[in-house]
Amino acid sequence: MKLYELTIHKLQEMLAGREISAVELTRSVLDRIEQTEPKVNAYLTLETDKALEQAEAADKKLTEKQAAPLCGIPFAIKDVMCTKGMRTTAGSKILESFVPPYDATVIEKLRAEGAVFVGKVSMDEFAMGSANENCAYGVPHNPWNFDHICGGSSGGSAASVAAGECIASLGSDTGGSIRQPGSHCGVVGLKPTYGRVSRFGLLAFASSLDQIGPLTKDVTDCAMMLNAICGYDPKDSTSVDRPVPDHRAALEEGLEGMTIGIPKEYFGAGLDPEVKKAVLNSITRLKEAGAETRDVSLPHTEYGVAAYYIIAPAEASSNLARYDGVRYGFRSQEGESLLEMYSKTRSQGFGDEVKRRIIIGTYALSSGYYDAYYKKASQARTLIVEDYKKVFAECDVLISPVAPSPAWRIGEKTHDPLSMYLMDALTIPANLAGIPAMSVPCGFSTDGLPIGVQMQASHFEEEKLLRVAGGLEKLLGIASAKPSMD
Amino acid sequence: MEFETVIGLEVHAQLKTNTKIFCSCTTQFGNPPNTNTCPVCLGMPGVLPVLNKTVVEYAIKMAQATNCEINRRNQFARKNYFYPDLPKGYQISQFELPIAEHGHVDIEIDGKNRRIGLTRIHMEEDAGKLVHDSHEAHSYVDLNRTGVPLIEIVSEPDLRSAEEAEAYLRKLHAVLRYLDICDGNMQEGSFRCDANISLRPVGQEKLGTRSELKNMNSFKNVHRALEYEIRRQRDILLDGGEVVQETRLWDADRNVSNSMRDKEEAHDYRYFPDPDLVQVVIDDEWINEIKQTMPELPDERRARFITDFALPIDDAVIMTSSRELADYFEAALKLFAKPKKISNWIMTELMREMKGEEGINIQECPVTPENLAALLILIDKGAISGKIAKTVFSEMMKTGKDPETIVKEKNLAQMSDEGDLMKIVQEILADNPEQVAQFKAGKTKVMGFFVGQLMKKTRGKANPKMANQLFGQELLK
Repeated sequence: MKLYELTIHKLQEMLAGREISAVELTRSVLDRIEQTEPKVNAYLTLETDKALEQAEAADKKLTEKQAAPLCGIPFAIKDVMCTKGMRTTAGSKILESFVPPYDATVIEKLRAEGAVFVGKVSMDEFAMGSANENCAYGVPHNPWNFDHICGGSSGGSAASVAAGECIASLGSDTGGSIRQPGSHCGVVGLKPTYGRVSRFGLLAFASSLDQIGPLTKDVTDCAMMLNAICGYDPKDSTSVDRPVPDHRAALEEGLEGMTIGIPKEYFGAGLDPEVKKAVLNSITRLKEAGAETRDVSLPHTEYGVAAYYIIAPAEASSNLARYDGVRYGFRSQEGESLLEMYSKTRSQGFGDEVKRRIIIGTYALSSGYYDAYYKKASQARTLIVEDYKKVFAECDVLISPVAPSPAWRIGEKTHDPLSMYLMDALTIPANLAGIPAMSVPCGFSTDGLPIGVQMQASHFEEEKLLRVAGGLEKLLGIASAKPSMD
Repeated sequence: MEFETVIGLEVHAQLKTNTKIFCSCTTQFGNPPNTNTCPVCLGMPGVLPVLNKTVVEYAIKMAQATNCEINRRNQFARKNYFYPDLPKGYQISQFELPIAEHGHVDIEIDGKNRRIGLTRIHMEEDAGKLVHDSHEAHSYVDLNRTGVPLIEIVSEPDLRSAEEAEAYLRKLHAVLRYLDICDGNMQEGSFRCDANISLRPVGQEKLGTRSELKNMNSFKNVHRALEYEIRRQRDILLDGGEVVQETRLWDADRNVSNSMRDKEEAHDYRYFPDPDLVQVVIDDEWINEIKQTMPELPDERRARFITDFALPIDDAVIMTSSRELADYFEAALKLFAKPKKISNWIMTELMREMKGEEGINIQECPVTPENLAALLILIDKGAISGKIAKTVFSEMMKTGKDPETIVKEKNLAQMSDEGDLMKIVQEILADNPEQVAQFKAGKTKVMGFFVGQLMKKTRGKANPKMANQLFGQELLK
């Protein structure tokens, strides 16, 4: 039996029943990494010894029957969350040697459960990208076809789960960065409601859009991880203080009574026919299983990309100002004056895409342009929120594609940032509105690349998302599909 | 040509909270560099600010004390610029939706009341400090001050002279001290002021080109710097020149201001709402709760001193210029119910002894209000003369001892024994027959000479009333 292939909920039973030990499980994952990592290139930092120590500690808790649900499970963490004592680079040269003296709240929570941290995984620099090609430390490869991208920005998270290089992982989603790589790598990805999961310790890209979420092998694992990481955090003023339901228990309720909305704007021109077919098939299957469906419209969807590419860079231009070489991280040794030190440090420390967005954001916030750009974008954002409000008055969950096409070839769009930005058109609106959204595998292209279906629900209705996602997963029976990795 | 001066002030007041505005680090002054810091105020990656509620409370107090309208929705904004004392590369401040707007304070100029408008008050975090050493090629960064809460109080361009500006500044200072929300220490920078100043021909509506003055760390320097700037601009305008819009730094050692000529002036701060902080909603209940805790303010206290204690207005203004002085005055008054006598002593002897650059700091006065009252009681009942009292007071200032002890130790009690005094009076008259003759010839002025001799012999302790009386008695025999 290959332990690294199993789900959290299966492994939890085995660990609790002491059929296996956490050390055995961790070794299985570490061996797998050694075997597949040369092809996948998902990890930026591996902490083998520490992981085994954590596994031993987990075994102790498991033996004493004091184990939380995630005790002894090996995780990969997107390298944008602070891990105390473990290097955190955000995929950037500017933080190449940065070791945080504190944990992100999500890491603290997982630690408290007895989780095992295998290492930190690849991402687009500061989470800016849709292909994980903007990482200062190389490009990870899609486990289903090594010539293809994993998606981004949480490419390493999605690839490591798909390849069995961890049992599950954490990613972050600012405009689709969990859902899109999840879809491209054939794993489940959830972006929770803005404010459901603490952002403390998450290196900020766009603070009003960023949200941490799980990437897992199936929907049950997703619910279990959400249970572990969500909840109010006094260290994050934007986290919301409201009761946390048992998301795993919600899965039991199934599809009963769910009304599914099909937003017509998500099926427009430019959608790959195979993606369309797989998503429509999912809708048909849900309908057959008793869900009610309804055609709906979100008329302001088309303004999403434009609004996003003002708001996100604007916030980023300010969020990334702290990487100035003064206190930590990379500092250029060239330059005679303060100004030179700043500009050389940032010119040499940041990659092209990050610099592009800092420049766009700085421009958008400049006096005289603020009203035309940032303010206008904020207004568009309000219209998008209103769209959702209307639609969710008449349906529970929206179903659509995640990305317009399956994973493209590495290098294919590198020189055309605008066409890359447009690939986020279907995932961005959920971030602008702050609603929860997830991506669930729903089929494969004729080339054998995974295709995902996106589900969106109203604020704090993750339970509904998980119920529909869990229902679909059962109907399609593809959660156990694994890449051959040849 | 006659010019009118137009001045607006921007005042930064550090709030006296125990902890910083967005983290739980202490605000204590004077600790070793970078010890009052944590990942949040150091601007480490991924950390988030959490607002200190007391900061909002203090700001609401100031808003109420300065007759402002309080915005029920408050928004923090980022002010973006690069500088090594600013760890995040932006300062969290307020831009749209500040805590308060449209207020005013009243100042007294030549016995006349002037109402000065307040444009706004907003909350923000302080930056750190750069330490430069001219012997080294690099500078040091101290981030202890980073994140210490500030309120910025912006006046309307309503001030018309350096004198008005100083009076306004002193008023804000007093109000902050009365509210006990700022320690007001200008040397340590907990109360700072920048000035915008321009001149225009009398009668002209349009404002002239302004300059901005910085680095004035005392009331006196504000006054001097503004006077200097008024002269400088007038000279330029009279010569037919144009005032350049610029920032100027006051050099207190040389009594001049110099242009900063700094690229930093061209800053575009790119303000936008801080997405890490939610809007602060202020409801009536909270405002009323804070209203209940408001202390008596300088204007109210001054009015009370005038009506209840019959103090002249000038005395009342000085006695209420700080909360501590007013408390001192009232503490002395409890033991000695003659208000004018107390204010006289404070305004003359005490202030002369205590006077520093910025007036007096009564908390540092070694003479307690109880001891001052005891001294005045000794004078009042004739135990010592007014002149001796000054000597006693000097000693009290030096040693902090109570007046009775000093009088006893130094043997300064007034001589009021008729027999003892008479003996000396007779001796003096016997020793100075010439002056006695003059007196008898009608030159009564020599009485002063006799009394002086008596004081000399008794080292000032003779009861002056009795001295006159006894000499009169003897000479008219």
